[in-house]
Amino acid sequence: MRAADALMESLKHEGVDHIFGIPGGANLPTYDALVDADLRHVQVMHEQAGGHAAEGYAHASGKVGVAFGTSGPGATNLVTAIADAMMDSVPTVFITGQVRTELIGTDGFQEADIVGVTLPIVKHSLLCTEADHIPQYIHEAFHIASTGRPGPVLVDVPTDLSKEEIEYSPPTGPVELPGYRPNLEGNSKQIRIAAKAVANARRPIVYSGGGVVNANASEELREFVTCDNFPITSTLMGLGAFPADHPQWLGMLGMHGTRTANYGMDEADLIIAIGARFDDRITGKLSEFAPNAKFIHIDIDPAEISKNVPAHIPIVGDAKRVLPKLTREYRSLQTDTARLEGWWSRIKAWQDEYPLTYEPGTEGEIKPQFMVEMMHKVTGGDAIITSDVGQHQMWAAQYYGFNKPRRWINSGGLGTMGFGLPSAIGAKVACPDEEVVCLAGDGSLIMNIQELATAVNQDVPVKIFLQNNGYMGMVRQWQELFWDERYSGVENGPSPDWVKLAEAFGAKGLRCDDSADLEEMMEATIAHDGPALLDVRTSPRENCYPMIPAGNAARDMVG
Amino acid sequence: MGAADMVRLEDLHVSRTLSGRKHVLSILVENRPGVLARVSGLFSRRGFNIDTLAVGPTEDPAISRITLTLDGAVHPIDQVTKQLHKLINVLKIRDMEPDDSVAREMALFKVSAAVENRAEIVQFAEIFRAKIVDVSRRALIVEVTGSHDKIEAFESMLRPHGLLEMVRTGEVALARGGD
Ligand SMILES: Cc1cc2nc3c(=O)[nH]c(=O)nc-3n(C[C@H](O)[C@H](O)[C@H](O)COP(=O)(O)OP(=O)(O)OC[C@H]3O[C@@H](n4cnc5c(N)ncnc54)[C@H](O)[C@@H]3O)c2cc1C
Ligand SMILES: Cc1ncc(C[n+]2csc(CCOP(=O)(O)OP(=O)(O)O)c2C)c(N)n1
Ligand SMILES: [Mg+2]
Repeated sequence: MRAADALMESLKHEGVDHIFGIPGGANLPTYDALVDADLRHVQVMHEQAGGHAAEGYAHASGKVGVAFGTSGPGATNLVTAIADAMMDSVPTVFITGQVRTELIGTDGFQEADIVGVTLPIVKHSLLCTEADHIPQYIHEAFHIASTGRPGPVLVDVPTDLSKEEIEYSPPTGPVELPGYRPNLEGNSKQIRIAAKAVANARRPIVYSGGGVVNANASEELREFVTCDNFPITSTLMGLGAFPADHPQWLGMLGMHGTRTANYGMDEADLIIAIGARFDDRITGKLSEFAPNAKFIHIDIDPAEISKNVPAHIPIVGDAKRVLPKLTREYRSLQTDTARLEGWWSRIKAWQDEYPLTYEPGTEGEIKPQFMVEMMHKVTGGDAIITSDVGQHQMWAAQYYGFNKPRRWINSGGLGTMGFGLPSAIGAKVACPDEEVVCLAGDGSLIMNIQELATAVNQDVPVKIFLQNNGYMGMVRQWQELFWDERYSGVENGPSPDWVKLAEAFGAKGLRCDDSADLEEMMEATIAHDGPALLDVRTSPRENCYPMIPAGNAARDMVG
Repeated sequence: MGAADMVRLEDLHVSRTLSGRKHVLSILVENRPGVLARVSGLFSRRGFNIDTLAVGPTEDPAISRITLTLDGAVHPIDQVTKQLHKLINVLKIRDMEPDDSVAREMALFKVSAAVENRAEIVQFAEIFRAKIVDVSRRALIVEVTGSHDKIEAFESMLRPHGLLEMVRTGEVALARGGD
């Protein structure tokens, strides 16, 4: 069989049915093989967007997202998406064409050492040197991308190898890699100690993260949190793993988290971190982070444990397997729920004193927070929401109220503007029966607006709710608050005309500048049978609060 | 309250992260293209400074050994090894305990050696069990093998005589005993 056809067979064996990409000289054999392969290729407009679409696909479905690019510029265009997938631990496989083997190292036409370029931003990469290796490499790539702590794997395939004839037989057993054996179970003794520590805590708090979503462990998390009256907060990446309408939910923590969640961390005596990596958006000033707490840290990646904050009780394992054991151990102890009453009255006092609120707008003004609340209403709180990066992203996190996992898709670690639209396309391809809405920022959306053409051409009916404040809002906010209002590079200007732009792409374009019309316009956007963009003119200079200024402690929250 | 009392929060402590001493890490890696770049790239990306680095084959042609030394007063060795383990091609890492391992380094020193001070250099070489491996009109090349400290000591003896050039391999090490 031709190696390129074997590549397709290998992909199918891995359960792939969608690929996002763009062809070129060096991956012509791959695209030739696609013709006869029973796989849907979503032809995107830019490889970066293809990569983000693969990420959106992976976030929404839990499956591995796949993107193709040709050598040289095709491959380098993928770099941002690869870095994004690395930072947010998204299971993805990137398959790039490479120049002919004999040209490698000669600065051949469209040669880029993509393996070298991406070394620091991949979970692993494989450069094929023999055609026979291609199927095995693909299986290894999927295994590595999807197990343990997930992440991007790059497979670089020189074009001459793709054309060779090889023997192909589907792999029979699981992939065995001597240097890669994720530890899943968690040490039972440590889990027992953890349960006992929890039983003795008077001010415990659960801090859960994206790892719980990745582990598909929402149920297990809920079991644990509700096996006693534990308060729970989560990172931006973990939203939805625990329902936001639950009484034990404190809201997101961190820079733009709720005061209750951050004060809770600040005063806790025991923090139970589950699949969260103590990012600086959470810890702020490290030396003053959770000064009264001991830490239980459950993570599948041993290197995350004690990386930023030393753990008193480390547990390396898969949240899905560790949490039930922890719940069981805890239940077997004689515990006294009443010990948490004092803690809850403290928490309730914060909740009463510092609810998430915003000043109502003037007549007709569309407050960005209101816009998000309206999105919740119009979608029944049940859509898959993707986001760009900026204030709108934070407002979505604060106000949408995610009740289920894999409904909130955003770029947290890298903070990639332009992530929203392509990831929405990927999510919609993965979940065609779900409503998929991209909450876009005006600065961000333009960075990958070309993908509106993908949505139209490939018939992927995503909806874009553009939160148009006319600014690089998040940066403007920082300049206002921390740079003496010396505004620089943050005004977005009158161009483009978003409605005409949408129409030019063949999508529906709508505009809303009156809060009274918003619900109706949003409904019309959703109801439209095809991709649609609603340009919502929101308060231009609204700031996103509350906020812990960078490098400060939780107690220094402002707003 | 029974069993739960056995774990009191105030009794929980974290272990120290900086050892304060030099570490020799012996890393077995798959012998594949780019492995060294992955290892060294990891060090630079994470801000870990390598003091010395030596790479070579092992008894198994599919496996190479990277021996490197770094300062445990600056870097948390635990974090370094955990990061290294994340590289798929890294098979095994051993933090060589000084008492349980043998570590050696080799160095070549080229010293300017006029006729009148040759004798003295040869004498140093004997004391350090070094070998003169090249003799020319103006210079000698001396080869010495030994512990890191021995080589440092030898270098400081030679320096006043006009050290023209030197090259050191970086330490290599093996664990003592049969395992
Ligand atoms: C403008 C902006 C503002 C931001 N503000 C905030 C903010 O206010 N609050 C906030 O929280 N974030 C904020 N972020 C996001 C922040 O930068 C980080 O991306 C985020 O906090 C990291 O989330 P996480 O700790 O859940 O880790 P993730 O990046 O989601 O990592 C997941 C962790 O879980 C582990 N894991 C993976 N799989 C498993 C498994 N099966 N079992 C167990 N463990 C597993 C991984 O090893 C990793 O440690 C902001 C980002 C932007 C762009
Ligand atoms: C690719 C990229 N470039 C620059 C930044 C820095 N940045 C962070 S938020 C932001 C402004 C985003 O503006 P917009 O999309 O309009 O969102 P808003 O904050 O106004 O809601 C910028 C420029 C980034 N995160 N990503
Ligand atoms: Mg904006």
